[in-house]
Amino acid sequence: MTSPLNHLPSAKEVGTYDPATLTSNFSDLHPPLTHRQAIIESQRCLYCYDAPCVEACPSDIDIPSFIRQISENNINGAAETILEANILGGSCARVCPTEILCERSCVRNHDAECQPVLIGLLQRHATDHMQFEGHPFKRAASTGRHIAVVGAGPAGLSCAHRLAMLGYQVTIFEAEQKPGGLNEYGIARYKMTDDFAHKEVEFLLEIGGIDIQYGHRLGYNLELATLHQQYDSVFLGLGLGASRILGLTGEDAPGLMPAVDYIKTLRQSDDLSSLTVAKRCIVIGAGNTAIDMATQMARLGATEVTLVYRRGVEAMSATDHEQEIAKANGVRMITWAQPDEILLDEQGRVAGMRFAKTSDQADRLTPTGETFEIAADAIFTAIGQGFEGESLRDATAAELARDGERIHVNEMFQTSLPSVYAGGDCVKPGQDLTVQAVQHGKLAAHAIHQALAAKQEAA
Amino acid sequence: MSTTPLSFPGKKNSGDSVVNGVDLSVNFAGIKAPNPFWLASAPPTDKAYNVVRAYEAGWGGVVWKTLGEEPPAVNVSSRYSAHYGKNREVIGFNNIELITDRSLEINLKEITQVKKDWPDRALIVSIMVPCIEEAWAHILPLVEATGADGIELNLGCPHGMPERGMGAAVGQNPDLIEKVTYWCKKHYSKPVIVKLTPNITDIRVGAQAALRGGADAVSLINTINSITSIDLDNMVAKPTVGHQSTHGGYCGSAVKPIAMNMVAEIARDPATPTLPISGIGGISTWRDAAEFIALGSGSVQVCTAAMLNGFRIVEEMKDGLSRWMAEKGYDSIEAFSRKAIPQTTDWKNLDINFKTIAKIDQDLCIECGRCYIACEDTSHQSIAKLTEQDGARRYEIIEEECVGCNLCQITCPVENCITMVPQETGQPFLAWDNDPRNPFRVAS
Repeated sequence: MTSPLNHLPSAKEVGTYDPATLTSNFSDLHPPLTHRQAIIESQRCLYCYDAPCVEACPSDIDIPSFIRQISENNINGAAETILEANILGGSCARVCPTEILCERSCVRNHDAECQPVLIGLLQRHATDHMQFEGHPFKRAASTGRHIAVVGAGPAGLSCAHRLAMLGYQVTIFEAEQKPGGLNEYGIARYKMTDDFAHKEVEFLLEIGGIDIQYGHRLGYNLELATLHQQYDSVFLGLGLGASRILGLTGEDAPGLMPAVDYIKTLRQSDDLSSLTVAKRCIVIGAGNTAIDMATQMARLGATEVTLVYRRGVEAMSATDHEQEIAKANGVRMITWAQPDEILLDEQGRVAGMRFAKTSDQADRLTPTGETFEIAADAIFTAIGQGFEGESLRDATAAELARDGERIHVNEMFQTSLPSVYAGGDCVKPGQDLTVQAVQHGKLAAHAIHQALAAKQEAA
Repeated sequence: MSTTPLSFPGKKNSGDSVVNGVDLSVNFAGIKAPNPFWLASAPPTDKAYNVVRAYEAGWGGVVWKTLGEEPPAVNVSSRYSAHYGKNREVIGFNNIELITDRSLEINLKEITQVKKDWPDRALIVSIMVPCIEEAWAHILPLVEATGADGIELNLGCPHGMPERGMGAAVGQNPDLIEKVTYWCKKHYSKPVIVKLTPNITDIRVGAQAALRGGADAVSLINTINSITSIDLDNMVAKPTVGHQSTHGGYCGSAVKPIAMNMVAEIARDPATPTLPISGIGGISTWRDAAEFIALGSGSVQVCTAAMLNGFRIVEEMKDGLSRWMAEKGYDSIEAFSRKAIPQTTDWKNLDINFKTIAKIDQDLCIECGRCYIACEDTSHQSIAKLTEQDGARRYEIIEEECVGCNLCQITCPVENCITMVPQETGQPFLAWDNDPRNPFRVAS
């Protein structure tokens, strides 16, 4: 996957960190709470009525209830409260930007102490320490119906689990060779350690009734028309696999690659020291992927990491908390500058980038005419994701109504095609959060159930 | 090379009665002490070593752990348990320890020496012997010979000893209280304090019996029968002795409200209006002590707080109490003793026309909704839940529905956010006895 960087040295050759330091650089960014810390932290929850944190949670977790259960040392009860609303509660506890969701709305922010309850870490405590004999959720009696789910990412897994609970048989078609989607391939390594994404999916599948077919990619070896015909309903939980391009000359030069591709390799690597490292690199973008890329490159041993964004800090989609992580790792951030030219050396490899300074003129981003150059061995692009070329091009898929590039759905997550539903990153523009994908999948499962039950009654 | 031992002048001054310019000394039923903070008869006062450390720390008095007949009691292993708050703070404490398990001879010898070494401190000896005059007639002269300032009759120990006809078995029978007190006054010349058990229906009956027997003072409360928790894996209470347990005596801050009521009951009983009271029960801070004194205590006794923190807590208690007294202009303990008694009355004497209602300070409100759900579910539905234009929550008191119960103020996590505001009703003071709505009213 990192072939565009083949001419660059490995982390071991760069030698900034010894193997032990490299390993610790990619261990838990936020260490979990000890049992005692969790009990003390849980006491801080005021058990609000109609709690603002619940309103802020995209997956409707009853936060005051699970925290009270932790405080009463009822860890399994707390975990079940979380998981019944969000079956991927364990990964959401790790990757959710709680600082802009539940924790931002915690009333403790206003209290004299001005510190929210550490809801994310408490959620992690409950889901890390739950111990169930068998799976905590039981399946309803079989409906005799079979649903196809496309994509084993958070949206698809959540949908499949809820459908299984409601008594459906589910087949998931997954393009990759592992389940988990971005939890497995896309999240920074230090946010999801110890193969957690994989373990979480194993737990989820314990409910039974879910079969995953790997290596099935919509538009390549899988057609929506077939699914539509063969299954009672279809849920599309596609990811956005394709990285947007800069549209500059030299975009295919060695030394330039999409950040998500590098992160994917990093996440799957068994030997961090063998990863190629650009000692000087540039990351283009302002989202959490850009931050993850820049921070991880710094932690691998890069000495000059520069993140460049064409607008101001306030417009960055990475949260303040994420930006702080990057800064703490020595990432330099440059704003109000956009790529102008990819600079190449004699061998045609990336040698740096020329940027055009920008300014905001009457809400339009305008080059000021000034330029500057940054020397770099590699450039990583993190300027957004889109559908993979062929994924929605079969005759049936092409009929799907779109919202811009993404698939249009109504409030019941129904697409314009009967009995085809969609959720997760493929439908909603804006903040593509794991927790939002989980919620979409869950709600779509209920919508499918409702529609099929109505059909049954009518028949 | 020789070294000179360091000296700690603080210890020499530990008995100073004037703290922060305020005189804390007391004369309790004829027993003088440099301050009202005494250690209750309990494990911390079992032997000279502990008692001397307590005096060094600055305690004004000590009630020596209960002496009994020979042979001494034998204690079991595993003796204490606790009722914890959620943050592992000890709310209540439970013990199944009996009276002293050391010989009478050693105890008497140590008491004599300690009193000789610390003449300015109160030293009171707790005693419990069988309910026959000979037993008391035998031990009292021995105690008198120690030079201790007085005795405290342990008529309240709720575990173990009552099974042998002592402790609470005596304290629960007013006739026996009177009889034992009488014997003590007959065979002992110094002040006799009767320690009362709370494991009764009406504390006043015991105090009245003690007074009839000639008691110089009462002290209360002794511990309350208790089981603090169950080990649900082994289905046995704590503390566990082998595979069994037994009920113990409960103390610590959880019992303070119960103890304060009992102190007040005696202080305002017309039958015992001037009977000195040594207040005991969950006293952990200067404020607790001030409250007991305001309800009629002439001295206070502490045990659990010292057991959990060590004797050093008396420093903060003396400092806090003296600063508060200076601020309020009280120049002695006597000056504010019983000050809260006139305002402590029977329900029937309360002003039925008084009205107070809650007020929420919107600037302090953190929008947790606790007041709302408490009032809505369990009280008078007098808080409205509103939503501001920006989506913020707003809680407002529905004044016409509010009965002034205080529940919202109690459940509010923010200090001073909810206050109770007395209302001008324009109506005169009216007690239930005179209320026209009372079918048994007294004609005024």
